[in-house]
Amino acid sequence: MLEGKTYLGGSTLAARMHTNAASFRMRRPLESLASAPRETIHNESIAATFVKLIRDDRFARVVVMSERSTEQIRELLDSLYRADSGRILATLIRLLGDFDLAEEAMHEAFAAALSLWPGSGVPDNPPPWLISTARFKAIDSLRRRARLNASQDELARHIEAQWNSPERSNEEDSVEDDRLRLVFTCCHPTLPPEARVALTLREVCGLTTEEIAKAFLITPRTLAQRIVRAKAKIRDTPIRYEVPSSQELPERLDAVLQVIYLVFNEGYSAAAGAEVTRAELTGEAIRLGRLLSELLPEPEVLGLLSLMLLQDSRQAARTSPAGELVLLENQDRSLWNREKIAEGVALVEKALKSHRFGSYTLQAAIAAVHAEAESAAITDWRQIVALYNRLVRIQSSPVIELNRAVAIAMRDGPDVGLALIDTVLAHGELADYYLAHSARADMCRRLGRTAEARSSYEKALALTQQEPERKFLQEQIRQLK
Amino acid sequence: MKYICLGYIEPGKFAGMTEDEQHAMLDECFEYDDHLRANGHFAAGEALQPPETALTLYWRNGKVATTDGPYAETKEQLGGILVLEARDMNHAVQLISQHPGVKYGPFEIRPAADLNEMIRESKERRRRSTER
Repeated sequence: MLEGKTYLGGSTLAARMHTNAASFRMRRPLESLASAPRETIHNESIAATFVKLIRDDRFARVVVMSERSTEQIRELLDSLYRADSGRILATLIRLLGDFDLAEEAMHEAFAAALSLWPGSGVPDNPPPWLISTARFKAIDSLRRRARLNASQDELARHIEAQWNSPERSNEEDSVEDDRLRLVFTCCHPTLPPEARVALTLREVCGLTTEEIAKAFLITPRTLAQRIVRAKAKIRDTPIRYEVPSSQELPERLDAVLQVIYLVFNEGYSAAAGAEVTRAELTGEAIRLGRLLSELLPEPEVLGLLSLMLLQDSRQAARTSPAGELVLLENQDRSLWNREKIAEGVALVEKALKSHRFGSYTLQAAIAAVHAEAESAAITDWRQIVALYNRLVRIQSSPVIELNRAVAIAMRDGPDVGLALIDTVLAHGELADYYLAHSARADMCRRLGRTAEARSSYEKALALTQQEPERKFLQEQIRQLK
Repeated sequence: MKYICLGYIEPGKFAGMTEDEQHAMLDECFEYDDHLRANGHFAAGEALQPPETALTLYWRNGKVATTDGPYAETKEQLGGILVLEARDMNHAVQLISQHPGVKYGPFEIRPAADLNEMIRESKERRRRSTER
């Protein structure tokens, strides 16, 4: 038990951060497999080699013929679970029409593989074997329940009939669609926003209830109920398991992008804090963005991925060793991650070329201009203002107006910026937004209006509970004296 | 991860059923337990004899005293304990939702507490105190 725990504990999230297999999520291995006695230390590279070998037809027979111990099979299954359980689950949900039944059947199929494969050998292509075994397990399970409830028997027969239909031959092709279906179902607008986030992280990213609860600072009990209710709503509404039609797509895709960006921001805003798990949400959001950009490379999908990569590229420079926030203009740009910047810039250029882009792409473009500037002083503020002007036309919000005002101040001077910020503040929506007061204070400071600057910094300080932000504001006030 | 599932039932409910009903309940519960076992989810489990067989110990005036019966007199009493191996809390909920026992009384699911760190610290304290 102890060993199982060490192996399964915090290591999975950390492992997830180091995988380069962008669209594969690292699902937590099956507890029931991992908790059985283990003789050797888990070695992912060996298991990964097995997976490669059995995927390669030339080696298939050689591998099948060689005898393998239960321990080797367990490693192989752990590896398969990490790499493929997302796809397998998504397909099973389509085939079985039920989240819980699919999840349970998938677990049973992995358990069956562990007991059968050491004797029978590993099938040439494990995922279809697991899908088909899971399906039989689901039918068994429905039959068992049918003795208590006749409607379950009908369902079992329906699933069996589907199994023999000609549609089956297309199964391999639709696997990618299944993952897209799963994303759209988890982010369905009928579900409450917090349920969308929880379901997506659990069903698409493979995080456990406990991991998600920890990241969002709520109890596993609350989160578990949220997921139970969301699944019940999907079943009872019913929410159809499908990729939306092209008519519905823009709105539905927007809901998906919102979920991904919310997960990212939850991690990004916490990144300076002590909670490491929360910071890892940014990695999870980027992985989701990559998956979506592979499955559905719409301009705004690329735009969002680019925006996340560009923001994340500044991660190391955003906080001082003491945990204080460092403003963009004061950041040590040599700490910015060049790889992420290059990827983000390439993505935003592709999105912009489509001429069908929206607010995520424009925000990414702004981030790209910052990313490419060698210092705050030589930043192309004219371009940034121009991008903000376009952004306010398609998505006008007080926060965007505020950011535009700050950009204009950088281009035209703090007096112009202060006048614009005061106009935005006069509308009232941002009265309780600490960044608005902090930005106003900054303008006053630059203009030498110290008393006004102090009063605005103090207003900002009263409006934020985040420790790094508070430290930053206190430091600004201290420096005014 | 391990989840402790506490199954509650009204005392006398089982005894009040017809023999056929009793058999049906036992058969479906045992069948589901077998199913859990076959898939590695059933880490441990015991049924409890009725609450009147219980003896409760407590500390009074510096020594142990005993009383007859269960600690808490509630309408539903603990009838069985199942230690479940599940991926996470929602997986545990899902597995227990399918348990036929849930039709006869409520189930309480609680994650097992990881005391390994506490045990390690305690060992360290005891080691230091014997060294002194």
